[in-house]
Amino acid sequence: MMRFGIVIFPASNCDRDCVHVLRTVLGHDVEEVWHEAGSLDGVDAVVLPGGFAYGDYLRAGAVAARAPVMTAVRAFARAGGPVLGVCNGFQILLEAGLLPGAMLRNDVLRFRCTTVHVRVESTQTPFTRSLRDGQVLRMPIAHGEGNYFAPGAMLAAIEEAGQVVFRYCDAQGRVLPDANPNGSIRNVAGVCNPAGNVVGLMPHPERASEELLGSDDGRLLFESAVMWLETRKRSLVTPLRGSR
Amino acid sequence: MATVRIVITLKPGVLDAQGQAVHQGLRALGYETVSGVRVGKCIEITVPDQTARDDIDAMCERFLANPLIEEWRIERDQDRDGTGRSRVPVLPRSQGS
Repeated sequence: MMRFGIVIFPASNCDRDCVHVLRTVLGHDVEEVWHEAGSLDGVDAVVLPGGFAYGDYLRAGAVAARAPVMTAVRAFARAGGPVLGVCNGFQILLEAGLLPGAMLRNDVLRFRCTTVHVRVESTQTPFTRSLRDGQVLRMPIAHGEGNYFAPGAMLAAIEEAGQVVFRYCDAQGRVLPDANPNGSIRNVAGVCNPAGNVVGLMPHPERASEELLGSDDGRLLFESAVMWLETRKRSLVTPLRGSR
Repeated sequence: MATVRIVITLKPGVLDAQGQAVHQGLRALGYETVSGVRVGKCIEITVPDQTARDDIDAMCERFLANPLIEEWRIERDQDRDGTGRSRVPVLPRSQGS
């Protein structure tokens, strides 16, 4: 059993879903961590859930990225702990500089609330390590600002370093413009930091973790992190990437 | 104290979906001659008179703007006329209607 920390900001609104999946569906310990918390001691993995933290004032995730708890998240990430940002949590990680790039409003000029397919582009993260390269997952999205953007040189560096973790694709796994729900550059749906332990994605794995909800592909991400943590606890794990 | 106005806009070339939506709205009202719309935001901060330009740039760099996608310009009180409006030249107001 692992202990997950779910960070809750004012106006987070997917935190209960994350707690439900991790505690009730998967049977792990969950600590609900308030945005003013100064420590993540005793937690094995951290999830930044979706929502509209601090009302998304200024820019989505901008104010939350400067919240007191982010000092602890930063330290946790630096120490190699697994951090997952979902939707608004992804935006917060981008604004905090823990992940590369920025979010723009959807190019379709609409809030997108639908189910998408994403293709696993990297298995070099705790959340994808037990998945297959090219595996197709079906998960819902619900966002107005999910149009991932990185300037040319940064995008090239991210691609080169294998930091694109998920891309929007069709049901067959083909990365096509039609499968892109929001205009994200190169269909990017999720990225990781250079070390691989911090991952952000726009789709909601916690809303796709039970068959009753139409897909349980999302739980694979949490289960993968648990397996990665178990392996690490047995001290058998090699660093995810050469640099750490 | 001085009021400093910071105008933040998306960098040229960065997609402005909000601007496109507003443009559509203007066209729907019949303003066919408008050929482009970019939407930004304006932040006014009140600071001691002697606040250095570098300090304000740092606020923008670190928080108020996202330097990956946005740029900013800073206007001080003395940049404005007695009405508090920017001295950036504006077109004369149309008469009537």
